[in-house]
Amino acid sequence: MLKFLLRRLGTMLATALCLTFIVFYLTNLQPNLVKLAKTQASARMSDAQVKSWLHDNGYTDPLLTRYGEWLGVVPGWTGVNAESGKPMGRCVNPNAPNAPAPRYCGIVQGNWGTSTVFRAPVISIIGTRIGATGLLMLWVLIIMVPSALVIGILAGMREGSRMDRGLSALSIASTATPEYVSGVILIALLSSPMIGLPPLLKHWGVGTGSPLFKGSATSALDHITFDNFALPVLTIALYGIGYIARMTRASMTEVMTAQYIRTARLKGVSFRSVVLKHALRNALIAPFTVIMLQIPWLLNGVVITETLFNYKGFGWTLVQAAQGNDIELLLGCSVVAVVVVLLTQLISDVGYVYLNPRIRIS
Amino acid sequence: MKALSWGEILARMGIQFLPVWICLALMFSVSFVFKRRLGLYGKLFDSPVGMVGFFIVMFWTFTAIFADLTVATPSIPFLNLPSHLLFHIHIATHDALSQIVQMKDKLPGTALPAGTSEYPYYLLGGDHLARDVFSRMVMGARRVLVIAPAATCFAYMVGITLGLPAGYVGGRVDTALSFLANLVLAFPVILLFYLLVTPAIQESGITTILAAVLFLFPIVFVAILFNSRYFTNPMKRNLYVGLTLVIGFWAYSGLAFNADPIGVFSMGANTLNVFVAVVFVNSPTVFRIVRGIVFDIKSRDYVAAAQTRGEGRWYIMLWEILPNARGPLIVDFCLRIGYTTILLGTLGFFGLGVSPESPDWGSTINAGSKLLSIFPHPALVPAIALMSLVLGLNLLADGLREESLRD
Repeated sequence: MLKFLLRRLGTMLATALCLTFIVFYLTNLQPNLVKLAKTQASARMSDAQVKSWLHDNGYTDPLLTRYGEWLGVVPGWTGVNAESGKPMGRCVNPNAPNAPAPRYCGIVQGNWGTSTVFRAPVISIIGTRIGATGLLMLWVLIIMVPSALVIGILAGMREGSRMDRGLSALSIASTATPEYVSGVILIALLSSPMIGLPPLLKHWGVGTGSPLFKGSATSALDHITFDNFALPVLTIALYGIGYIARMTRASMTEVMTAQYIRTARLKGVSFRSVVLKHALRNALIAPFTVIMLQIPWLLNGVVITETLFNYKGFGWTLVQAAQGNDIELLLGCSVVAVVVVLLTQLISDVGYVYLNPRIRIS
Repeated sequence: MKALSWGEILARMGIQFLPVWICLALMFSVSFVFKRRLGLYGKLFDSPVGMVGFFIVMFWTFTAIFADLTVATPSIPFLNLPSHLLFHIHIATHDALSQIVQMKDKLPGTALPAGTSEYPYYLLGGDHLARDVFSRMVMGARRVLVIAPAATCFAYMVGITLGLPAGYVGGRVDTALSFLANLVLAFPVILLFYLLVTPAIQESGITTILAAVLFLFPIVFVAILFNSRYFTNPMKRNLYVGLTLVIGFWAYSGLAFNADPIGVFSMGANTLNVFVAVVFVNSPTVFRIVRGIVFDIKSRDYVAAAQTRGEGRWYIMLWEILPNARGPLIVDFCLRIGYTTILLGTLGFFGLGVSPESPDWGSTINAGSKLLSIFPHPALVPAIALMSLVLGLNLLADGLREESLRD
C-alpha cells in the first residue's frame, strides 16, 4: 500500500511539473509577452521599448531558467532599474527595493508570484477565490449527490419499469444540458420580471411579479441568500446529476440481478429491505468513484457558471487571468486545478480498495 | 402589419422546415420497410428511444444541409453555357448577418417594416444587432454539424491508433502513452482552450504543429489497416496503401498547412484552431476507452487463435480486436459527438476562436445572455437548439446501446 501511494505521488509530481511547464511555455510565447508588456506599461510602446521592458523585467532569460526561478530551484533574476538606478529582481520587494532579498523565491519557498491583472500576490488572490468556489462546490455536492443517488437507485431498482423509463429519460436530458444552456433557461424562466414564471404567478394572483431569484450571484460573495445562490448551484448540479444517476442505475441494475439478491427474495425478505439492506451497499461502490472523478469535471462547470452569474470565485479568476495573459496567476490556478484532479483520482482509487475488499493493490 | 401569434409563428416555422420534414418522412419510411435487412441501423427502429433520438439528430442534419442550399448546374469549361439555378432551398428566412435597424431586440413574430422585399417577419425575433434569430439558429446548425462529427472522427482515429497498441502490447508503450493521456486529461478543459485557441498561439505556429501531428493519424490508421490486411497480396496492398497515401497527403496538405495545390481542401484559421483544440481534448478519453476494451478482449480465444496462426500484431489489433470492440465504440461515438457539440458551445460561449458575427450557437448564447432578463429570446433559441441536438445524440446512443446489448 505504501509503495503504491509513493508511486502515485511520484506520478502526480511528474504530471504537475509537466503541466505547469506547458502552461509556462504557452503563456511565455513571444506574442503573449509583447501583449503583456503593452498592457502593463503602455499600449503605444515601440518594438524597441517592448524589448527593453521585457529585458528589464526579467522576461528575456532562457525559458528553462525562468521556469526554474518560478519553481524556486534557480536563483531569482536581479537587475538594476535603468531610470532610477534601484535594484530590481524577482525576489526584490518593489516597495522596498533596497531591503535584503532572498536568493530563491519560487513556489517551493511559498512565493507564488504576483498577479499582473489584479496587482496583488497570487497566493492571496487564489486563497480568497477558492474559498468562494469551495462554498459553491459544497452546496452543489449537497444538492447533487443525494438527488443523483436517489434517482439512480429508484430507476435501477426495477429495470424496465415505468419509473425506470421516466427517470432515465430525465437523467439523459440532464446530461444533454450544459451549464450555459441550463443557466440561461433558469435565468430566463425564474429571474426575469417580463417572462417565465414570475409574470405567470402574478397573473394567477400568487406572487407580486417580481423575479423569484437573482440572475447574478455577485452579492453572494458577501452573504449567501437563497435567492442569489440557488440558481448557480442548481445550474452546476443539473448537469452532473444525470451522469451520476446513470452510473448508479447501471450499478444498481447489475446488483439487483445478482444471485444473493434472488436468494434473499426467495427467502421471503421484503423488496424494500432487500433494496435497502442488501443491494444498496454494493450498488454504491461504483458511484463513489464516479462522484470523486466528477469533482474535477465540476471545475469546468464552475468556470462557466461563475462567468454567467458573475460570481467572483476561482473559475472567474481563471478566466480573467487567461484573458489578461497573467502568467503567474494562471500558473497558480493550474497548480490548484492539477492538485484537485490528481488528489480526487488518488482518493477514488484508495477509497475503491477500501470499499471493495475483493480488490487488492499489488 | 400585425405581429404573429405563437400559433402562427409555429405554423410558419413548420412551413420553413418543409424540406426537412419531407426528407425525414422518406428516410423513416424507407428504413422502416427494410429494417430487417439493415443490421444495427435497422434494429434502431425497434427501440422507441433510439428512434426519437435518431429523428432529432436527422432533423438537425437536414436543417444544416438545407439551411441555405443553392444548387446550380456546374459550369463546364470551354462550353460557354449559362449556369442555371437548378433549385434553391432556404430554411433560413433572412441572411444570418444582415441587419434591419428597426428590428433590434424585437419579440418573436414581429413584422418587418413596410417596403422590404424579404420574408415579412422575424419569426423568432431580432437580436441586439437587429439580426434574425431564427435564421442565425438555422445557420448555426450547419457550423456545429460540420465540425462536431468531423472532430469526433479525428479524435477516434487518434485514440484508436494509440489505444490499440497501448492495450495490446502494454509495457512501456502503455505507460508512456497513458502518462501523456492523463496529462492532457488533468488540464481543466477551459484553461486548455484559453491557452490553445488564441491568436498568439496561431502566430507562433503551435496550432499548425498540433494539426500536423493530429491529422497524420487518420492516414497512418488507414494505411496500416490496408497494409495488415493485404500484406499477403502485394499488388492489392500497393494499390490501396498507395491510394490512401496519395489522397491522405493531398487532404493533409490542404487541411493542416492550407497548401493544397488544387485548392479542394482548406480550412480557415479560426476553424482549424477550434478543430485542433477539440480533437486534442477528446482523443485522450477515446484512447482510454479503446485501451480498456482491448485489455478486456485480448484474452479471448479468437485472439489466441490468430496469434497461433502467426498473424502480425497490427492485423490482430485492427482486424480481430477492433471489429469486436465496435459496439461500445459506436455508442460512445454518438455520445462524444454530443459532448463535442457542448465543447464547441463552450468555446463560443467564451468567444474563443469564433469571429464576432459567427452564428454558432455558443457565441449567440453568450451574446444574448447579457440582456437575458429583458430580452430572453436571442439566447433561449440557440440554447434550446443545442440542448435538443445533444439530447437527440444521447437518446440515439442509448437506443443503440440497448439494441446492441440484445444480441
